[in-house]
Amino acid sequence: MADLLTTPLNAMHRELGAKMVPFAGYDMPVQYPAGVMKEHLHCRASAGLFDVSHMGQVIVRAPDGYAEAAKAMEALVPVDLVGLGEMRQRYGFFTNEQGGILDDLMLANRGDHMFVVVNAACKTGDIAHMRAGLPGCEVEEITDRALLALQGPAAEAVLEAMVPGVAAMQFMDVGIFASEFGELWISRSGYTGEDGYEVSVTEDQAEALARALLAQDAVEPIGLGARDSLRLEAGLCLYGHDIDESTSPVEASLIWAIQKARRAGGAREGGFPGADRILDEIANGAARARVGLRPEGRAPMREGTPLFEAAEGGAPVGQVTSGAFGPTIQAPMSMGYLPKPLATEGTVIYGEVRGKRMPVRVAKLPFTPANFKR
Amino acid sequence: MKFTEEHEWLRVEDDLVVVGITEHASEQLGDVVFVEMPEVGTQVTKDDEVVVIESVKAASDILAPIDGEIVEINEVLADTPGKVNDDPTGDGWFFKIKPSDLGQLDEYMDETAYQDYIS
Repeated sequence: MADLLTTPLNAMHRELGAKMVPFAGYDMPVQYPAGVMKEHLHCRASAGLFDVSHMGQVIVRAPDGYAEAAKAMEALVPVDLVGLGEMRQRYGFFTNEQGGILDDLMLANRGDHMFVVVNAACKTGDIAHMRAGLPGCEVEEITDRALLALQGPAAEAVLEAMVPGVAAMQFMDVGIFASEFGELWISRSGYTGEDGYEVSVTEDQAEALARALLAQDAVEPIGLGARDSLRLEAGLCLYGHDIDESTSPVEASLIWAIQKARRAGGAREGGFPGADRILDEIANGAARARVGLRPEGRAPMREGTPLFEAAEGGAPVGQVTSGAFGPTIQAPMSMGYLPKPLATEGTVIYGEVRGKRMPVRVAKLPFTPANFKR
Repeated sequence: MKFTEEHEWLRVEDDLVVVGITEHASEQLGDVVFVEMPEVGTQVTKDDEVVVIESVKAASDILAPIDGEIVEINEVLADTPGKVNDDPTGDGWFFKIKPSDLGQLDEYMDETAYQDYIS
């Protein structure tokens, strides 16, 4: 354990009775005494506080400001960043030459620069990738800030009382707010399918902010366990599981994140790694697709479960990439890849669990409706 | 009541042995969401995998603690697996086994020994 990194909230997690586990090189809370199920349901009903300080926060600056940084970054991601409004954020991904996904990330236009949030497990590689791929830009890793997420229907009222102005933000707005906890970098976004905020706070103020939030009746701490079941119910991908270097954005059903300007016939068509394959797949379809899966019994079909077309015989046609029990839907749920002809809602296929093939239905994503503030 | 190192409890009721998991085990597992039971009438040998418990975290096996025949399973757990967390030593029992040799229970811990074992 000596080699694990810690976030500024480590002591607080322990004091709250969290069970700590190694995650992406960090010592992180997987659950608190309430447990995964209660934490999950609390977040959907009220508000949950997540420590996501392990994620990478990066500022990209160019001499001529945001527009130049955006233009440079468009060489690495198939996202319309030039057309991104000031103080707005978009979801995107770094692609490789084969059209696979190197990481998924959030990119924000903060007026004179770009702010980027990347996955913990990929951040070293992502920062090197940006430094090599963004000539003329300065890529600064922010190492003196924690990142908290406050998610759920009560998030708006709780945060507005402490940071006036955040209630007026729309989904995917970003803002910089002065507060009693210093300067906060806030976005109205998250990884749960609920309304909520992600709040970057200086490390010396992080614990004070977290405690002030937890002091509210509506707010309970949520660990990585419930974070995973919440994002899976919301149909959101986990990098390294549902998407990776071998999956294209089209296969991953993430075409929505590639705006018109970057597609065939758009103002800045292509020009990102793997564009040939990705634009071809947008035009002609991919051979397989990421789908939602609802097992018909109660047994969860977890990551790695092989999927078959028939109840007997044949080779696997795909496999589960994430699977768990959904506390809100009170049923097991999975995501996985299937050949296009099978990837239609309602198709029944079979997942092999402990040597037995169990029926599973291709289902709509998300499993729970999104509650974003639009 | 007897206890195994696998955190099962065994309670003799008439000529049958009722099997479940301990409070400690249910806490470690986290919220149980699915229990896969053996068929009534199955002949089991000690250490056979007889039950699969799926929790919010992972799947775990329950091993047959003794030789015998499964004569009853706790049907309630099919729809309310959370009973394993709510009342692990009561309503959350798994199965009843008709032992081939009750003497096999002798090797297991009593409550005091088990409390020492988990502390």
